[in-house]
Amino acid sequence: MELIAARPLADRAVTFELATRVGPEAAARVGAAQARLAAMLESGELPGALELSRAFCSITLHYDPLQGRQADLVARVRVALEDTAPEAREGGRLWRLPCCYEGEDLDDLAARLELTREEIVTRHAANEHQVYAIGFLPGLPFMGELPEGFSVPRRTSPRTRVPQGSVAIANGLTVIYPFESPGGWHIVGRCPVPLFETERAAPALLEAGDRVRFDPVSMKEFGRIEAALARGTIDPASFAETAR
Amino acid sequence: MNARLLLLRAGARSLLQDTGFRGGRGIGVPAAGALDGDALYLLNRLLGNASDAAAIEVALVAPKLRAEDGSTRLALGPGLSGQVSGDNPRHVNAWTAFTLHPGETVALTLDAGCPVALIGIGGEIDLPMSLRSRSTLPRAGLGPIGRRLEDGDVLPIQGSARDPGDLTFAAPPRAETGPLRAVPGPQTEWFTDAAHETFFGADYGVSVETDRMGMRLEGPRLTHSERGADIVSDGIAPGAIQVPGSGQPIVLLADAQTTGGYPKIATVIGADLSRLARLAPGDRLRFTAVSIEEAETAARARRAELDRIAEAVIPANAGRIDLRALWQVNLVGGAVDALRPDHFPHHAEPEDRP
Repeated sequence: MELIAARPLADRAVTFELATRVGPEAAARVGAAQARLAAMLESGELPGALELSRAFCSITLHYDPLQGRQADLVARVRVALEDTAPEAREGGRLWRLPCCYEGEDLDDLAARLELTREEIVTRHAANEHQVYAIGFLPGLPFMGELPEGFSVPRRTSPRTRVPQGSVAIANGLTVIYPFESPGGWHIVGRCPVPLFETERAAPALLEAGDRVRFDPVSMKEFGRIEAALARGTIDPASFAETAR
Repeated sequence: MNARLLLLRAGARSLLQDTGFRGGRGIGVPAAGALDGDALYLLNRLLGNASDAAAIEVALVAPKLRAEDGSTRLALGPGLSGQVSGDNPRHVNAWTAFTLHPGETVALTLDAGCPVALIGIGGEIDLPMSLRSRSTLPRAGLGPIGRRLEDGDVLPIQGSARDPGDLTFAAPPRAETGPLRAVPGPQTEWFTDAAHETFFGADYGVSVETDRMGMRLEGPRLTHSERGADIVSDGIAPGAIQVPGSGQPIVLLADAQTTGGYPKIATVIGADLSRLARLAPGDRLRFTAVSIEEAETAARARRAELDRIAEAVIPANAGRIDLRALWQVNLVGGAVDALRPDHFPHHAEPEDRP
């Protein structure tokens, strides 16, 4: 694939731009590039490289300027990407996450989208969401695409407190807030599964490339699952279906 | 025996920080870590620590500490001074390493106008690591402490420190002036030529809206090109300067989110990042443009300079009578001349002492 641009963050990092529009095609390009660069980093082919982070259309490589040079890293990455083909990854885990669709913005969304609350819930839950990137907060998944006609801009005035576990939509994407946080997206529901726990070997539950389906649950069922997770009688990893 | 460092008073915003989390950017974990990385490096060298050992970063109100069970070696970063109690009461200045013996306290003071400062801790802190770090990210509860330090908190430290006396650098680093160096980009094309000219030339003031995530600047408005003020969110590194629709820049710091959707006009180079930590609301600053290669050369030059500073260590508080040492020596060897350096094997004297 072609490298659209290498964009420097001074002597700390460089962002490799691989696509220009958020969507499944960009995810396929970024996913394939990430797999390739991660393998190169692991095998020491990127001198000075420290770690990678993935966004919708780009990958950022963080490096130590005492151990390597950006010009050299960019040259190596450019060559490696030339023989890396974008691929629609089917290997990502499929998660079935419970969601209590009682979000405070459902009525407002129903009015904006000219749909009923039930239609919003049914269509959101019927959709398979692909995790495009993890960012903004530790473990927060940005997922797309939403069905046709579901795209709304962010709220004009962001909330100062969005509760932990809130499932929210904006700009054609869905997120789950892993922690209480300020936020400007429209809240459709809540998910009881903790997305980030430092005690786990892999602290973030989801990773880019995973797929998510939401199973609607009642308030009562939400409470039961939340309590069982807190007691440790349900393992968060058990919400992943085994890979196809 | 292991020592314990007790925070009698925790201070206003004291956080355990080291060089930051590693391997977490891909899962949304910011770098975190000490804002003043240069001071952390020097304090750890002064203490004989690994260069990435954790320190306490304090802000606004400095803490009061007590050693318990064993001795603890501490070192004060720029902006801090302290009063040590006990057998050898004394004042300790910035860039001084000293030993707190069990039961002794040090009451610290933060200089006026100094936003944050570091207290280096000798030896290994006996707390587990998260993402190869003992840093703290309170908004995610991340790190072995996971929150601000509170009154009564205790940091367990492996072993008990020796006391080589009070030590300091022969030539501690001096405060730098002049513009902060920054590399244009990553989103150069999202700004007009006039905006670039303004940014690399105008005076900016540090706003009160400044925390560990970022520092808002106040100055001439920067205009976006026809591409507008939104980008597809991409990666962020500390030092990146994003410009939202308001046209007022925000310098992102250690706790900044890992990705962001505002265009970034430039990124402060690594060698100048620590200077940002010492800027307080109301301070003025300017930026000057450098290339990536110049930034990388500056990073190597800075490390060489820090190593030169770290290699020249001399006694601090020289020339004063060390009552503790006097007492200890008298106990084992009878009366001595307290001013004769030979009797103070743990308290080296400066070469130029008459």
